[in-house]
Amino acid sequence: MANSKHWIEPHPQGIYVRPADVWIDPSGAQPRAVVTHGHADHARGGHGQVWATRETLAIMGLRYGTDAGTALRYGETMEEGGVTFSLHSAGHVLGSAQILMEYQGERVVVTGDYKRRPDPTCAPFELVPCDIFITEATFGLPVFTHPPIAGEIGKLFDRLEAEPERCVLVGAYALGKAQRVIAELRAAGWDEPVYLHGALEKMCRLYEDLGVDLGMLRSVADTPKEEMAGKIVLCPPSALTDRWSRRLPNPVTAMASGWMRVRGRARQRNVELPLIISDHADWNELTSTIADLSPRETWITHGSEDGLLRWCELTQRKARALAMVGRGEEDDG
Amino acid sequence: MQRFAALIDRLIYTRSRNAKLHALATYLRETPDPDRGWALAALTDSLDFPAVKSSTIRNLAGTRIDPDLFRLSRHHVGDTAETVALIWPGSEGVEPEDQRLSTVVDALAATTRTTAPDAVADLLHRMDVDSRYAMLKLALGGMRIGLSARLAKTAFAQAFDVSVDAVEEYWHALEPPYTELFAWAADGGPAPDLSAIPFFRPFMLSHPFEGESLDLTEYAAEWKWDGIRVQIARIAGETRLYSRGGDEISKAFPDVVAAFDVDGVVDGELMVRGEAQGADVAGGGAASFNALQKRLGRKTVSKKMLQEAPAFIRLYDLLVDGGTDRRELPWDQRRGHLEDFVPRLTADRFDLSQVIDVPDFEALAELRASSRDAAIEGVMLKRRDSPYLSGRKVGHWYKWKRDPLTADCVMMYAQRGNGRRASFYSDYTFGCWSDEGQLLPVGKAYSGFTDAELKMLDRFVRQNTLNRFGPVREVAKTLVLEVAFDSIHDSKRHKSGLAMRFPRIHRIRQDKPPEEADRVATLKAMVP
Repeated sequence: MANSKHWIEPHPQGIYVRPADVWIDPSGAQPRAVVTHGHADHARGGHGQVWATRETLAIMGLRYGTDAGTALRYGETMEEGGVTFSLHSAGHVLGSAQILMEYQGERVVVTGDYKRRPDPTCAPFELVPCDIFITEATFGLPVFTHPPIAGEIGKLFDRLEAEPERCVLVGAYALGKAQRVIAELRAAGWDEPVYLHGALEKMCRLYEDLGVDLGMLRSVADTPKEEMAGKIVLCPPSALTDRWSRRLPNPVTAMASGWMRVRGRARQRNVELPLIISDHADWNELTSTIADLSPRETWITHGSEDGLLRWCELTQRKARALAMVGRGEEDDG
Repeated sequence: MQRFAALIDRLIYTRSRNAKLHALATYLRETPDPDRGWALAALTDSLDFPAVKSSTIRNLAGTRIDPDLFRLSRHHVGDTAETVALIWPGSEGVEPEDQRLSTVVDALAATTRTTAPDAVADLLHRMDVDSRYAMLKLALGGMRIGLSARLAKTAFAQAFDVSVDAVEEYWHALEPPYTELFAWAADGGPAPDLSAIPFFRPFMLSHPFEGESLDLTEYAAEWKWDGIRVQIARIAGETRLYSRGGDEISKAFPDVVAAFDVDGVVDGELMVRGEAQGADVAGGGAASFNALQKRLGRKTVSKKMLQEAPAFIRLYDLLVDGGTDRRELPWDQRRGHLEDFVPRLTADRFDLSQVIDVPDFEALAELRASSRDAAIEGVMLKRRDSPYLSGRKVGHWYKWKRDPLTADCVMMYAQRGNGRRASFYSDYTFGCWSDEGQLLPVGKAYSGFTDAELKMLDRFVRQNTLNRFGPVREVAKTLVLEVAFDSIHDSKRHKSGLAMRFPRIHRIRQDKPPEEADRVATLKAMVP
């Protein structure tokens, strides 16, 4: 694939835009890079020149200490080597963007990661017509349909009510998922403080600095055990069964992830209360987006590409899978 | 159906025994008949819909979903029923119905091979995702959600505040949906009539013997055989075999069940025939527990297996003789009846566990110490005037196991526990030295230590991790664990070719350098 004649070249380590000499979401340091969003499998430190949204640059700054970068607003264009770039909201996490490129009359969109459900912490997905649609496929199998989030938040409240002497500990990724869960709790009327594992605090503060209101947040480290009974605590998934959780009042372990759709996955992680909450498009969103856009070609970057590829075949759409490495590692659904 | 589906999921995701009990008890209390009875039957694997097969479901999926997409999805999910539940195309704009569980059971029961696909499709169509899953699991049988019959009975007793013993007895008397059982427990109705049913009687259990001595004129001594404790019951032409937990295991041992052709209920040890182990003491002819293990937990058993590992029961006690309940009689009288009863049975399937004939307790102690037979776990001491009591009552029966064997092993791997222990590395794999100076795993243990020792072991694992393999950590091979175990056998489970029975951490030997741990060859010499 690397020797494809097209002006966009998929490589295992990223997508290379030859006429502009720019990489999209490269997995290693490159002189010139456009970054779709702040998750570590898309945004790496050490690039020379970086273009991204203001929010993505701020997230990268927090994570890698890189403050250099050129901020682009959604819809704003720039030109490099005859290619016109613009960023369009992807609805995945705060600052996430699809990248539209136009070159010699051909339009190519790279989605990065995206979802089409409403999310109070980021701008909604924008449908960008194109000739070549380069999509993710994290949940590219028909078993993955995410239920409405209100029902999942309701499950969490039900459990709190049933066992008020325990707390519910929700494993949620530090960037995006944690803030979305908090914002959805607020939208559902939860005005108690939400307690945070230390690893989530900085990112939540950054979200607030960037204008996302998360209500009252407290640090688990500063809170006596008894105070957290009947409350909601958030931590990164890795801390769910860690020694850290011993300081909580008999936690119900919950996990917010699209993978929680599958019982075996939840059991593997020792999760008692699986919450099917995802920042990615589910099967219906993936397929309906391709149907809505009807691109000339669909390229699939990462995830269950076989499933989506098969769907394209069944619906007689031209499609190919790109072999990309290391994607889908950080946010994991 | 949605309540049932929610119960199933709760039981699947909860690892705590108490939480499972609570969830099930609440469901049983709050759900009307006959739904709760069907639920109980489904959970204890007592429902069968022969017309609905796994292939029915697979074929059905094939008519609605592209086979490639199904295959990819099935591969990802790892379970056919769950894949179908998730993938089934919902009808746009149609609100799922919440049918009663009994309606679903009736619909499934009414199907034939030919009508099954349409009936199942119709049910799938009306349900939400979780109900679809629960319904398919129900239809296919074998929920496999970690709920033993014993746990279900305990939950039932808890729900209605009745005695577990009574529940145990009545349970087997009745067929799903157990309406009379609920009428009795929930609504104070009459106790069910059991006269024509080979139901399960709760076992009489023993306490470990911790005293110095006993008077053998008051207590009789028997060998404690190393098989599984069973009860076999026959009345009105029907024979049932029960495990210690009260689960019916007749299907796994058709050889024994068919041979029991005299009405009565007896208690004994189920074993398989082997190379004359136990021959030096009375009885003889049993194989080690390892040989029996191959026949446990089977739904059906092949002819070959029946031939290679024929099962038999060594009888300890007689509960019912013909139609007469003998449980109130003292042990020595029951023993007399048992000795009369055994000769009426097929000799190669049923024999009598001999009473150990020794002059006094010292002689018994000596005999126990010298017995290293693979088929013997130790000695039982039974008070001669005790009736057959259910459960573990103090002062009647004692088990006096052989002293455990011990070995000094080195911790190699550790894994997180479950439930209360989810944040602790509490399961340890340990090894001994090969002749080549390599450490080979010999066993795995997760008990025997105090809470304080667990904390210490957990800290050791975290501070000495070399590698992580998912939930498992490889640790530096520096900590010696003194492991106690009842016996050791040849096995392919571990690289060392050995497997321990009942291994537990006896002591943590921080004082001992790992080089001084035992050698595999030393352990091999302990294989009987």
